[in-house]
Amino acid sequence: MGAARNTDAAAAAEGDVLVVENLVVETTGRNPVRIIDDVSLTVAPGETVCLVGESGSGKSVTSLATMGLLPKGALAARSGRILVEGEDVLSARPSRLRQMRATRMSMIFQEPMTALNPVLSVEAQLDEVLSAHGSMNAADRRSRIREILSLVHLPDVERMCGSFPHQLSGGQRQRVMIAMALVLEPKLLIADEPTTALDVTTQKQILKLIAEIQERLGTSVLFITHDMGVVADIADRVYVMRHGKLVESGRIDTILTKPERDYTRDLLTAVPALSPRAARRATSKETVLETSELGMVYGRASLFRKREGTVAAEKVDLRLTRGRTLGIVGESGSGKSTVARCVMRLIDPTSGSIRLRGQEIAGLSRSALRPWRKRIQMIFQDPNRSLNPRLTVGDSITEGPINYGTPKSEARERARQLLQLVGLPADAIDRHPHQFSGGQRQRIAIARALAMEPDVLVADEAVSALDVSVQAQVLDLLDDIQKRLGVALLFITHDLRVAAQICDDVAVMQRGKVVEYGPTAEVLGNPQQAYTRELIEAAPGRHWDFPNFRPMPGAEAPLQNSPGG
Amino acid sequence: MERRDATADAAEPVIRRQFLPKVALSDLRLAPTIAAVCLAVIVIAALLAPLIAPYDPIAMNPMERLASASLTHPFGTDAYGRDVFSRTLYGARMSLIIGVGAALVAVLVGLPLGLLAGFFRLLDAVLMRVMDGLMAIPSILLAIAVVSLAGSSLWTVLVAITIPEIPRVVRLVRSVVLSAREEPYVEAAIAVGSSLPKIMWRHLMPNTLAPLIVQATYVCASAILTEAILSFLGAGIGTETPSWGNIMSEGRLYFQLKPGLIFWPGLFLSLSILAINILGDTARDVLDPRLGKKRDG
Amino acid sequence: MLGAAPTDFIAARQFFMLAYIARRILASVPVLVVVALFVFLLLRLTPGDPAAILAGDMATPEQLERIRESLGLNEPLASQFLTWIGQLLSGDFGRSLISHTPVLTLIGQRLEPTLSLAIVTMLITLLLSIPMGVVAAWRHGSLTDNAVMAMSVLGFSIPVFVTGYILIQIFAIDLRLFPVQGFKSIGSGVGPFLSRIVLPAFTLATIYIALIARMTRAAMLEVLDEDYVRTARAKGLSERVVLFRHALRNAAVPILTVVGTGFALMISGVVVTESVFNIPGLGRLTVDAILARDYPVIQALILLTSGIYVVINLLIDISYAFMDPRIRY
Repeated sequence: MGAARNTDAAAAAEGDVLVVENLVVETTGRNPVRIIDDVSLTVAPGETVCLVGESGSGKSVTSLATMGLLPKGALAARSGRILVEGEDVLSARPSRLRQMRATRMSMIFQEPMTALNPVLSVEAQLDEVLSAHGSMNAADRRSRIREILSLVHLPDVERMCGSFPHQLSGGQRQRVMIAMALVLEPKLLIADEPTTALDVTTQKQILKLIAEIQERLGTSVLFITHDMGVVADIADRVYVMRHGKLVESGRIDTILTKPERDYTRDLLTAVPALSPRAARRATSKETVLETSELGMVYGRASLFRKREGTVAAEKVDLRLTRGRTLGIVGESGSGKSTVARCVMRLIDPTSGSIRLRGQEIAGLSRSALRPWRKRIQMIFQDPNRSLNPRLTVGDSITEGPINYGTPKSEARERARQLLQLVGLPADAIDRHPHQFSGGQRQRIAIARALAMEPDVLVADEAVSALDVSVQAQVLDLLDDIQKRLGVALLFITHDLRVAAQICDDVAVMQRGKVVEYGPTAEVLGNPQQAYTRELIEAAPGRHWDFPNFRPMPGAEAPLQNSPGG
Repeated sequence: MERRDATADAAEPVIRRQFLPKVALSDLRLAPTIAAVCLAVIVIAALLAPLIAPYDPIAMNPMERLASASLTHPFGTDAYGRDVFSRTLYGARMSLIIGVGAALVAVLVGLPLGLLAGFFRLLDAVLMRVMDGLMAIPSILLAIAVVSLAGSSLWTVLVAITIPEIPRVVRLVRSVVLSAREEPYVEAAIAVGSSLPKIMWRHLMPNTLAPLIVQATYVCASAILTEAILSFLGAGIGTETPSWGNIMSEGRLYFQLKPGLIFWPGLFLSLSILAINILGDTARDVLDPRLGKKRDG
Repeated sequence: MLGAAPTDFIAARQFFMLAYIARRILASVPVLVVVALFVFLLLRLTPGDPAAILAGDMATPEQLERIRESLGLNEPLASQFLTWIGQLLSGDFGRSLISHTPVLTLIGQRLEPTLSLAIVTMLITLLLSIPMGVVAAWRHGSLTDNAVMAMSVLGFSIPVFVTGYILIQIFAIDLRLFPVQGFKSIGSGVGPFLSRIVLPAFTLATIYIALIARMTRAAMLEVLDEDYVRTARAKGLSERVVLFRHALRNAAVPILTVVGTGFALMISGVVVTESVFNIPGLGRLTVDAILARDYPVIQALILLTSGIYVVINLLIDISYAFMDPRIRY
């Protein structure tokens, strides 16, 4: 593993696989904007270096520049050098650059679905790497492809070769990407958020695979991520970026225990601890939302498509009391969002009942439902899309109250108060959503939901699209609102850390069913079901207590990967 | 997908901003400006035709048949001695009425149909089959059939030209509605108890406006062209009402002798369609840079 | 997911393919029905006596009565429609009012020139438009791109007959390279055939070159933005492979759609081109029918061309399944 070395990138030693020196990237065009400002970093042989930052930090641009893949006509490197095994990428001629790709440096991307060509078979996509770069004959290429596919632990290699990307699972696709990147055994692998689009259990397997291959082939890895948990698990050294500049760099243990810069410190403290909150004392016994035997089956067999309906939710029993927070956690496809959309009656459940303050709403018609709608409101995942870009903030917030007969002036007055409640200036009311940041937009969406004075707020992955520091603020806001208004919260999330921080009770869902349900402290602290344990173990960085800059109490082997010293 | 790109990196917004056209005076591109000027001149000429035209466009003068271009007859005269310049000026009126009329009617009929089709499944199934059927009929043949059945008045020609354009508008509106109704802000509106008409009017309809304006310009250009073709083939409005198409139609016999009979109206016809198409393209670029482009954040 | 066991895999794929094709064929039936219904109602619902429209101005009362009889105009609409559909299915598209020959015979006599024109036009179009579109997208924003786009706007803005007369003026009258007008069957020699077909084919091709080059460019631009194109570049593949193997293959579906519908609707352009170049094909038949108010001919042409449109669209739909593995389920 990576040799201990001082962190001064400028003093790059000869043997480094990657040396980036004073890189400056700007937008092209009349008024260039600086995207990367004087960034230097190094990656030693066999080392895993993490490049961490929030959105807009320039970490992905840095990685694209290293591959010589900056989007033409939009971004261009203005100065600096990028040396891969001593050869400058920025000054290489296009033909030379093509030769270097896949043989010296390779890259894997965030979305394995879109990064693979949908109309070419897996074998064809691997084969073209070999034929573009080597003089291997067809038989050698065939056997090499099979060799690398088994190296990344894909099952049934022969059939995998003939498959197309859409026939594979997300994890399998990312394995194919890794095989493709490593088939010519380059010295440097650049991984740009390679696990962000994957479920935690898959993420764990992919991270393990990268580590395993790295050990076998001695590859250096430059790993781009926003996730401090992943960093804690895999990094030898860390570079922290913000707004295109390098903030801090150092060995992983130094960064985690003694960060020097405030920004790094903030990033770490914003990561919610995986230790579950203690359930708060129940203030009310009143059940506001209850589902029993709730089920949702999508699709039916048609004349030509004899398909079983997809069971998205099955026999879901949940109960939420006033002022409490119930979390539903699970991976993609677990049915957690289906449950949320059912209780909102955005989709109609196929079986079971939903009772809102005792009233059955599962079977109500559109008009009969109307008086009940205002009692349950939703906060959506992506605040960029849940606010109509054409309406002012005020129009969005007052739409609901006006629907229920509140006079416009009164509704606007209330909207001003709500904006202040969620931490925005009252004059935000006449502006449009695009004038706000993502976190602010989510606050507006919360204000819109609160304008209806609901008994229940459904938050569907409401902080998942936000940067970790913003995420922490929005979670605090929700907590604060709950205390003040006593609203009950149904909180859907894939992130166990978030669930641990905010939920009183938690239900773990898998394949449409609730597999474990109880107080958060018990479910996450002492899981009874294998699947729950699997989820917890897959949570990245679970051995580290980020906000306190120390290992989790009682955790062993806090940093398996930490350099020898 | 569970997590939408949590950390879209710096490149994203920057690149997008670059492709967003800025509308500033200094940025005015040459082609659209020229197109707008050309079109304005043609429109004004058409409106003021009775004042500008030196002759009555239908007054025959057997003494001056097939005269060459001269100061008295800038574009020459036709086989009946009618002044081609005057006829071309009046012909512009016909083309513009048909173009604007077809665009208006197609939008007025297509917009509500598209909105409803985008929202009601059953209606959608029926309506779209009808539209598919209409699209299968070549527009010229359809127009010819209507005109030859109902006679060639301005109204039948307008109806004949507009019918084939309607399915395109309906499909466009419907596709915009279908994708917009998946947007979370529409679900949010449902959640706050907004009624269906309110959702359509406030949240869905505005999305269709930009593509509709663009589509309307293409309908306009296409209608002008179809009218010219109909007249050229002899299925348009009678020659007592001059139109660019029927001037050319009458000029065909004498083409080798007097090419001007075809070229002058042909030039104005081409210029008008070209100008409208260029303005349509510009409108598309300015109003909605991602029109027809993929994913949005 | 890889659901099926390996042995069933190929069988399953063939099944899905057949099911897909069957679904597409079934889906095109309603379109044909709507077309037929529309054409049927067009005649019946037009103000005035359909028999009088069909018989022309000179008809005697006996003739009118005969036509009413043969169309069953005295019966209810539904049974008229069924009778009519039955006639169509048995190949009876009616007779010309002028020559009293069956319309299908008339159409058969005029098919060759039109087919020749359509095929040559198609060849010219495909050879020029797709490379133009690909290069324009590849060199997005360059002079080449702008030139292609400018030519494209010109191409579909200038009406076919204007283009036709300009080409005749330049190449036939001024340069005397080609005969001015007319048609010679390919049976009478390739030279005479080509010398007469080149100008009309090129005239007609201008619209389609414009349309398809534009569509190719748009589809390519979209695809070139995709992640897998970036992946292909990251693999160190040459630009040629990136463009043609990765990008064009994925852009093929929208391009093929435009090519298909463009050619399915070519009849409109053919009518005009044939009358400019004096080619005795379906276009001329149409124009003669207009002048003589020979409605049965127009009606048959509509039914025929709509049928061609539906068949071509069906073929395109089926070819999607071969080009895009995702459609193969």
